[in-house]
Amino acid sequence: MTDLPSDLTRATAADLADALARGALSSVEVTQAHLDRIAQVDGQVHSYLHVDGEGALAQARTVDERRAAGESLGALAGVPIAVKDVMTTKGMPTTCGSRMLEGWVPPYDATVVTRLREGGLPLLGKTNMDEFAMGSSTEHSAYGPSHNPWDLERIPGGSGGGSSSVLASFQAPLATGTDTGGSIRQPAAVTATVGTKPTYGGVSRYGLVALASSLDQAGPCGRTVLDTALLHAVMAGHDPMDSTSIDAPVPPVVEAARAADVRGMRIGVVKELGGEGYQPGVRARFDESVALLEQLGAEVVEVSCPNFEYALAAYYLILPSEASSNLAKFDAMRYGLRVRPEGVQAPSAEQVMAATRDAGFGPEVKRRIILGTYALSSGYYDAYYGSAQKVRALIARDFDAAYEQADVLVSPTAPTTAFRLGDKLDDPLAMYLNDIATIPANLAGVPGMSVPSGLADEDGLPAGIQILAPAMKDERLYSVGAALEAALLDRWGGPILDRAPALGAATSTSGTTGA
Amino acid sequence: MANLTRDDVAHLAGLARIELSDAELDRMVGELGIILESVAQVQQAPTEGVDPMSHPMPLTNVTRPDVVRPSLGAEAVLAGAPEADQQRFSVPRILDED
Repeated sequence: MTDLPSDLTRATAADLADALARGALSSVEVTQAHLDRIAQVDGQVHSYLHVDGEGALAQARTVDERRAAGESLGALAGVPIAVKDVMTTKGMPTTCGSRMLEGWVPPYDATVVTRLREGGLPLLGKTNMDEFAMGSSTEHSAYGPSHNPWDLERIPGGSGGGSSSVLASFQAPLATGTDTGGSIRQPAAVTATVGTKPTYGGVSRYGLVALASSLDQAGPCGRTVLDTALLHAVMAGHDPMDSTSIDAPVPPVVEAARAADVRGMRIGVVKELGGEGYQPGVRARFDESVALLEQLGAEVVEVSCPNFEYALAAYYLILPSEASSNLAKFDAMRYGLRVRPEGVQAPSAEQVMAATRDAGFGPEVKRRIILGTYALSSGYYDAYYGSAQKVRALIARDFDAAYEQADVLVSPTAPTTAFRLGDKLDDPLAMYLNDIATIPANLAGVPGMSVPSGLADEDGLPAGIQILAPAMKDERLYSVGAALEAALLDRWGGPILDRAPALGAATSTSGTTGA
Repeated sequence: MANLTRDDVAHLAGLARIELSDAELDRMVGELGIILESVAQVQQAPTEGVDPMSHPMPLTNVTRPDVVRPSLGAEAVLAGAPEADQQRFSVPRILDED
């Protein structure tokens, strides 16, 4: 039994769940503590697009009543959570960080949200994100960027910067994310939090507003590996509403996180992920983490994945191609925004559609839709999209070969620590390079996790180590992640997040606003 | 291959049903050119004889049992529509009156 900190927002989800199960704490108390924290600091961090205090407290009261009545509840019952705004929430606005969906209230819940509700996790609100999950910094949100609690002038990662910053600023103990090319792992790395992209198909995509359907994967975000595993277990599992959902038992992620054992495991350091372009401090923390894993009893080998050099190019052809198709549904006819073109009397449906999509989509979304339209056009299909799909097969082969030599693969999660807001906004290629280490896993569908590896010497900002496992072997991420986390806690003398600067009390600009 | 002209981008935007302003068009021509040059790297990969992979897992056609069950009501479906009329989506006309 762990003593809870006096400030409940500093407790881990596992400890909160334990205290709730023992009756030492009520869900209303925990939820209210987080709502108070949101009111105190979200004006500085801008993690939330919508806060539903009333709804969260009502859910918390229901959980408390069910517990008092002796009902058997889920492992995280009563622990509040923040939900990325890409997931539909019945009765709660869902915008995907876009003006296109401003004010839209879905008539149904995503399966992930249904499972959170059934698990008794009060929904605090919806977190900020790059528009339709396109970006690595949250600067492409139509509602303004989120800020990194480690340095408010820097990005909290993207597209799930709202979910990472909500954890790093103690505004929620848990959050959900989606990862199309690294949108769970890269934000985790730059905020010193933990994020997992499960095996493709391991968590339902029903009710997620699709970016690129063959790459998107919902996953859990937490401050510790165990918290993330507990949430993973709630979110995962077969869903008949998603035809790509894997019909197999959920890997034993919680057991693996509790075991935290790497003895006898073979850990492959990917030669191609970590060289040129990687910040020295990021690389140093990574090397230290690998050395620690070796001390814990793992065998470290170097593996080569020669086709990873083409991954970024393939990804930025496949993603826009799928996105251009998926975002065609925003046609101004059935839901969302409708803008009538200026100076046109009795405009046609087509004219309204074009005017709406111009007004409703931001620059990055337009860029990618047009790029995808080009890549799929008949004259260039083979040269671009067709070649990219073949590269994808080569990358999957690289993974297969690497997993013959190692049980898991590791690399730095992102090449640098958090960059300054605005630094890469006008340079799409520089922004895309941030995803260089995370993208291969999405192309091949294998699971990946980012765990804090420490602070870079040159700027004192967090770096992350990425762990990758074969498909459906998600539990290996948690064994390795938890073992490393425990060793690093010993080295640091506590969680690295405790070293983040305190956020001062400020007038809230969030509340029940929003998007 | 990556030499996109302003007219090309305007054409693509038309296909994608996005009306771009002149300033947006000017900016996008340059940006897309740079991006296309970069992603053209896929053509250098050793892909001869490699079958394209469209999806990370084998796809099978999945169907649910054909059982009647409740679905969303018309009111819920139309709640997010920009305009609705007599339980239908109301859209701008396409054909002229005559």
